[in-house]
Parts: sequence; structure tokens; C-alpha cells
Amino acid sequence: MSMDTKRIVTASINGAEISVMADNRMSLLEMLRDAAGLTGTKEGCMTGDCGACSVMMNGRVVDSCLVMAAEAEGAEIETVEGIADGKNLHPLQRKFLEHAALQCGICTPGFLVSAKALLEKNPDPSDAETRYWLAGNLCRCTGYQQIIDAVRDAAAEMRSSAK
Amino acid sequence: MAAFTHPNHGKYKVIGTRPIRHDGEDKVTGRARYGADVHQPGMLHGAVLRSPHAHGRILSVDTSRAEALPGVRAVATAKDLPELPDKVMASGEGIENQRYMSTRILAGEKVLFKGHPIATVAADDPWIAQDAAALIEVKYEVLEPVLDVLKAMEDGAPRLHDKITATLMGKKEQVDSNVCLHTRFQAGDPEAGFAEADLVIEREFRTKTVHQGYIEPHHATALALSDGQITIWTSTQGAFAVREQVATVLKKELSKIKVIPMEIGGGFGGKIPVYLEPLAVLLSEKSGKPVKMTMSRADIFQATGPASASASRVKFGFKKDGTIIAATFWAAYEAGAYPNIYGMMGAMCVLAPYKIPNGQVDVYDVMTNTPKVAAYRAPSSPQALFGVESVMDEASKALGIDPIELRLMNAAEEGEQRIDGLKWPRIGMIETLEAARDSAHYKSPAPSGPNQARGLAIGFWVNAGMQSSATVGINMDGTANVVTGSVDIGGSRASMAIMAAETLGLKAEEVRPSVGDTDSIGHTDITAGSRTTYATGHAVYLASLDAIEQMKPRVAKLWDCDPAEVVFEEGAFRSTKNGQEPMTVRQLGPKLPATGGPVQGQGSLMATAQGSGFGLHIADVEVDPDTGKTTILRYTAVQDVGTAIHPAYVEGQIIGGATQGIGWALNEEYVHGDKGELLNTGFLDYRMPTTLDVPVIETILVEVPNPGHPYGVRGVGETPIVPPLGTMGNAIAGAIGVRIRELPLSPPRVQAAIAAKENAAGKTEAARETTAKPVPAQS
Ligand code: FES
Ligand code: FES
Repeated sequence: MSMDTKRIVTASINGAEISVMADNRMSLLEMLRDAAGLTGTKEGCMTGDCGACSVMMNGRVVDSCLVMAAEAEGAEIETVEGIADGKNLHPLQRKFLEHAALQCGICTPGFLVSAKALLEKNPDPSDAETRYWLAGNLCRCTGYQQIIDAVRDAAAEMRSSAK
Repeated sequence: MAAFTHPNHGKYKVIGTRPIRHDGEDKVTGRARYGADVHQPGMLHGAVLRSPHAHGRILSVDTSRAEALPGVRAVATAKDLPELPDKVMASGEGIENQRYMSTRILAGEKVLFKGHPIATVAADDPWIAQDAAALIEVKYEVLEPVLDVLKAMEDGAPRLHDKITATLMGKKEQVDSNVCLHTRFQAGDPEAGFAEADLVIEREFRTKTVHQGYIEPHHATALALSDGQITIWTSTQGAFAVREQVATVLKKELSKIKVIPMEIGGGFGGKIPVYLEPLAVLLSEKSGKPVKMTMSRADIFQATGPASASASRVKFGFKKDGTIIAATFWAAYEAGAYPNIYGMMGAMCVLAPYKIPNGQVDVYDVMTNTPKVAAYRAPSSPQALFGVESVMDEASKALGIDPIELRLMNAAEEGEQRIDGLKWPRIGMIETLEAARDSAHYKSPAPSGPNQARGLAIGFWVNAGMQSSATVGINMDGTANVVTGSVDIGGSRASMAIMAAETLGLKAEEVRPSVGDTDSIGHTDITAGSRTTYATGHAVYLASLDAIEQMKPRVAKLWDCDPAEVVFEEGAFRSTKNGQEPMTVRQLGPKLPATGGPVQGQGSLMATAQGSGFGLHIADVEVDPDTGKTTILRYTAVQDVGTAIHPAYVEGQIIGGATQGIGWALNEEYVHGDKGELLNTGFLDYRMPTTLDVPVIETILVEVPNPGHPYGVRGVGETPIVPPLGTMGNAIAGAIGVRIRELPLSPPRVQAAIAAKENAAGKTEAARETTAKPVPAQS
């Protein structure tokens, strides 16, 4: 394999500047998982239909399977590995556990990234707003109910601790 | 909310609590390692060449161009697989003929479904592997495919296999047919029963192929050493089942293979058969390097086992008072490309909820040019009960009897004989119906606006037992480690910890539960059949008891008494002779080294006393007559769970199962083109429920303990997928005034039924196939 099919991509991932050698056909999802070793972001479909691969890129939620690694040059990326504050879990992470909002857990990283983006935009989402925002994330195990409850409970806790 | 008062209510200290799952933090921080997260030094990547045709003969396979591509390290075809005998083996929840298993993994002479693997390649990176697979040249003689179960049963239908060994009503026969299994059960005299009936309803139903839809794709990584030792890392519902299948296909001894089960991202029955694991091993053997294989979502839809499509005819005869006097069921179930037994499972389930004095069940497993069907949550029960529960709904209207009362008066109960011969142990069908009848939802007025209605239906699953093993190690601080062989697919580690803690007098947090690989624990069957909390939980209980027995003499040593005087009650060792303060396991732990060394309890069993599960779901719906879209206004799921070990995960199983059932009822279906190719191979077109499609699902846990389990566990996960099909069918029939007997009840189908009704209403002729009018009694 000759070098002209690869390039060095440098991005800020969870606050750390990381450079990887990326194949031209590599998606951001594969770059994170296979090149940077951050396997917390999950693959469910590679076609933008499940949301398991959700990450923040320059402040927006994206399906990382639909972003080419090369497009991430210079970008700020946040993944599930960046959600906790050191050893303190984010309220969303704690509430997911308390509400049993995961069964197999494969969809959880994507839901956490999307939900965190929601709460940054809207600290008090209604049930309908929460469901609408998370409609791009598929979960086959839970039926969603505990996920919605966990997100809204986390929002309530974050509002009361912000006061 | 426990509707039925558990005899042990209040007796348990840990069972029934909701501790945070032990593997939780790993799963919310992205640290949990699934099949895709395996990385081995020097790892190669595999790709699979798959058939573009649904049916064909392979004339030649030329791999030379692939082998010549730089970066390619190994190529394998069916020629690399050993010849296997024409021998049937149990495999997970199904069966598999060894010879067919081999050709399912890599096609030899024929391709039998689109996506059938033909060759596999390992290369330095995934892109080279894919490029190489595309360079393999295969010549085919394309044959006509057959996809519909009824067409496949016809005499002139294309045949998948030249001669097969079919089992027809218990007899093995060599036949030239696509029917591989005919199951018949009989009771009493159905003809005489129908003759006595005041009301006979006979209806036909169709359901489409659906997929389990787990979000995590299949993955497998294998390393084969030159000394014959093999390690496989995979996401599976059963590490031991993978070991056995790989050993069979590749003719290996079990002790040569170690399977390490990674975290699994959903399975629902679909991650029991092996697809990639034998290929990864073959390629690793050829290349001498670890090889990782993955499957794309499109390949998952078109080449892994979905759940059967079905065609059925249900006939029920009732007395005026509502008693069922006779019932028959005829059905054809899609088997996929190879002999299968899922139709037989439907035959076991279909009449189980009711007392049927006179009945007959005839079910055919029929091979079609689709991937070999696999288990999907309560395999084959949803298709069967969709028809039965639709007929029960029509009967309740025709007889003017409340639908729950009608089911109650015919409900199966302890001591009665099921049509497949089994005598019911203690079951909770009646308690479930009563809890549903008394629920706030059912007592509230049914919605009465235009295009609104309430529907309900029963669901049933046998639940499985099978083999499980567990060890309980007592640590030197008196905490405990539990190891089982059951893959944790939805929080079962926490349930194992709870049962060990309850038995040992510890807190759930003082027990560390883990899932062993095939080297570190005794044989354990698959995580499936709602058997894990029941059977593996029983093994954990036995291992805990064993540890307690081993600790009694230690306590006796400390107390300087006869070991027979030491009992373990209410969480502590006690002396029957008094005079000693009770001693907990925590207190004893530090004294173990001085009293004889480590204590490890062992438990294993072949569990056979599983308790079957019944559930009833109630839904209020509104149908938009312009679009045909159904909105669920309120939904309640009632289920006998035996004992809820960890109620949050019990509720989660019920809500998740109901959601899958709602998807099956309303939207999900395989759509094939005329060449037998699957058209909807992604989540965009294979439309699973999203956050916007499902309502809040209220759960009511009924606890009728299973007498066959020390803590009364029945198994919970599968029953809840069954009722939504009938529930939605019945609710929608009420809402639009037309009964649709073909799934899914997707907007276009519902809208077409409404339009047909309106057209027909314009005409005087009432020749309406789809109306909900019962057939008059035969005279
Ligand atoms: S993997 Fe990216 S949306 Fe499914
Ligand atoms: S928890 Fe399994 S897919 Fe969401």
C-alpha cells in the first residue's frame, strides 16, 4: 500500500491533540476507534442510521461514520470518553445507571453524547423534546423509556445544582 | 407493583432490590470491550465474498487474482473445510445438520440465498481485504429462487436441496421437497368438537420475515497457533456454543479451543449461530496471524438468520357461554435455506394459553432461498399467537363476552395437559389475566373518539432450562466472587450477584459477578430462552450453598463444636446448641486461611424445571385515516415473572420486548425484489421503532413463583415480544372497523384497508374478505 492513499490527520480529541495516519477511505469513526484507540464510540450501521457512532465535532453532534477522517483535520472532537470529568461521572452517566437505561450498552455512548448536546442547548427539555432530539439514536433493547427518564432526571439535577 | 402477593414477600433482603449493575460504569464511559474492540498485535482483517444471487449453482471459483494482490495473506473457500457427516446436532435453541452447517458457513456446490458466503480473504487492512474479495471470480448457473413459504410447498417449486432427510410426523424420510419438518399434535376429536360448537371462526394470517435488529454487528477475531491451539474473541450469546460449532465445522477437539466472550451489543437469539468465527480461524491457520472479521449491516440483514415469515390458518369453535370446544392450527414457517425447527416451536406455543379439549396442530417448516432462520425472542410464538389472539378478539365481540373474561374462562392452569403432551406445572396465566382486569388501564374507559379503540392479547413462551455452571469464591475479607458461563446481555451479572448475596447473607455490592471464558468455568449453554436468571441463577444458588457447606466445618472449628451443630440461617452461621454469637460470611472470611484454606463453591446443573411465562398487553390506539399511521395512546404490559430478582431489569426486559413486538406489528418486514434479493438492507428502510414510535409502557409484574427454582424465577425476557402483534391487530381492527390479518400493520396497508372498506361500503355487496364478521357455526 503506497503512502499516497494515506495522510496524517491532526485533531483535538477530548482536549488532547492527536495525530494519526489515516487511510483515505477511513471514516472519523474508524479513525477514533482503530487509529486513536478510542473504542468507546460504537459502530452500528456505517450508514448514518443508528446514531451509535455519535460524537461532537466542532460543537455539533455528528454521525462519525459519515465523516471522513480527512475532514476532521483541525477539528475539535468530543467522544464518550470525554464526558466524565476525571473520575467524576457526568450526571447523565449516573442517571443512566440509576434508571437502568441500558441493557446491552452498545447504544449508550451515542445516546450519552447526543443527550449531553441536548442539555447544553436546552437545560429543561420536555418528554417530547427529548424524544425528538434522540430520535436519531436507535436502541433495540430498552424501548427508550428509561433513557428518556434518565436524560430528564439528569437535566433536573443539573438545573438544581446550577442554581 | 406486585399484583399477586408473593409467598416469600418481604422475606428476601437482596432479591427485589435495584442495585446499580456491576458492569455499569464501564458501559457509560466507553470502557466496556465488545467484539469490535478486540485488537491483537499483528492482526489481519478479513472480508467475505458473498453470492449476488438468491439461488444458483457454483460452476467455478477462481481466487488467483485475489491471492496475487499485495497485502493479501490468506484466502479460503469451501475446499478448505473438512467433509462433515449427514448428522443432526442440537445447536443453541435450534438444530443443525453438520453437513449443511459447513455449506452454510462457506457455500460449496450451490448458493441458497443472496449473501451466502463463498470465499474469505485476510489482508493487512480491511480495504485490501475487500478489494481482494472483489477480485475473486465466481461463475454461476443462476437458478429460480423461491421465497414464499406457500409457493415453496408446491409440487413444482424450485428445490433448494436435491434430497433431504425430513421428519414428517415423527418419521424420518428421504424426500424431494422443501418441507423439512411436519409437526402434528392432537387432542380429543376436533371434528366432533366443531360439530358441537355454537360459533366457529376460521381465519388465515400472514406474517413477514423480521430481523432481531441488534445494534452491534457480528464480529470475531481468532488466533490459531501452529500447535493447534485456538483462541476466539467474539460477541456471542454463548461462548460454549461458539466453541462447539467451530469444533464441529473445523473438526477440532473442544479442549483445543478457547472462546473469550466479549461484551455483546444485543442478540435476541440472532447471535447463537456462528457465521464469522470459523472463517477467522481458517484464515488465521493459513496466515499464522490473528484475523479479525466484521459484518456490515447490509450483510447482517441479508445473510444472518432472521425470524420466520409465516402463513397460518386458525379455527376455533366456541360454546355460547364462551368455552372453547375445539381448535385447530395449520401453519407454514419459513426455515430459510436449511432444515430448521422453528415451526415446531410455534406448534408448541400456539394453543398453550388455553384449555383445548379437542384440537389439532399441523405445522410445516419450509425451506426458502433466504438465510437460515434463527431464534428471535420467544421464537415462533408471536406468529402463532397473532392469529389465535385475533380470533379470540373476534369471538369476544361475536359472543358479547369481555375479552379478558373470555380468556379467563378458558385459561390454561396447573394440572391440565397441553396439546404437545406436557402437563402444566404451576403457571400464572390466571393471575396475569386477573391483574390485567384489575389494572388502572383496563378499568379506565376505552378511548371512544373516531378511529380510536382498545385492544389486548395474550403472549406465551415456554422458557428454557438447559445446562449452567457457576463458581462462588469466598474472599479473605468475606466478600465473594461469582463466575458463570452465561454471557451478560442485559444486566444479568447484577441478578447473579443478587442471588449469591441473598444466599450468602451479603450485600449485592459485596459480590463481584463476572462472565468466564470457556477455560475458566464449566460448560454453560447459551444466554437465550429466558434461561439465564433461572438456570444460571440456580447454578449460582447451588455454588453458594456449596460454599456454605464448606464453611460450616470452619465455623465448627472456631467454635470447637460438632459441624452438625452449625447451621446457616438468616444470613449467618448459627449454633443449634446456642451460646455462640452468629457469625456472618464477612466475619468468617479472614479466618478461612487458619481454618483450612480457601473456599470455592461449585454449582452446575441441567435445569429442567423452568416455569413458563404468560403476559397480557393492553393498548389504546388512534389511527390516522388519511395516512394509516397508528399512534399508541396508552400501553400496559402485565406479566407473570415468577420472582423479580432485579425489578428494574425485569421491567426493562418487558418494555424492550414489547417495543420489539410493536415494531413487528406495525412496521418491520423484509421486502424482496423479484430475483429474491432483499431490498431493505439498512436501518433506514428496515424501520425499527425510534423514540418517537413508542409510548410510555406501563408494567405490572405478577409474581407466581416457579416451584422449580429456589427463588421462584421463571424467566422474563421473551414473553413480552409475543402479545403486541395481537394487541395491535385487535386495537387497529376496533379503531378502523376492518380486520387486517397480514403483518405489518404499516401505514400503507392500514390506509389501503380503510380505502377498501369505504369502497365496499359504497356497494351493496358485502363481499368483504377483511371484515371482522365471524363465520357462522358449521351445521
Ligand atoms: S454507525 Fe454511524 S449512524 Fe450507525
Ligand atoms: S441497550 Fe442495547 S441497543 Fe440500547
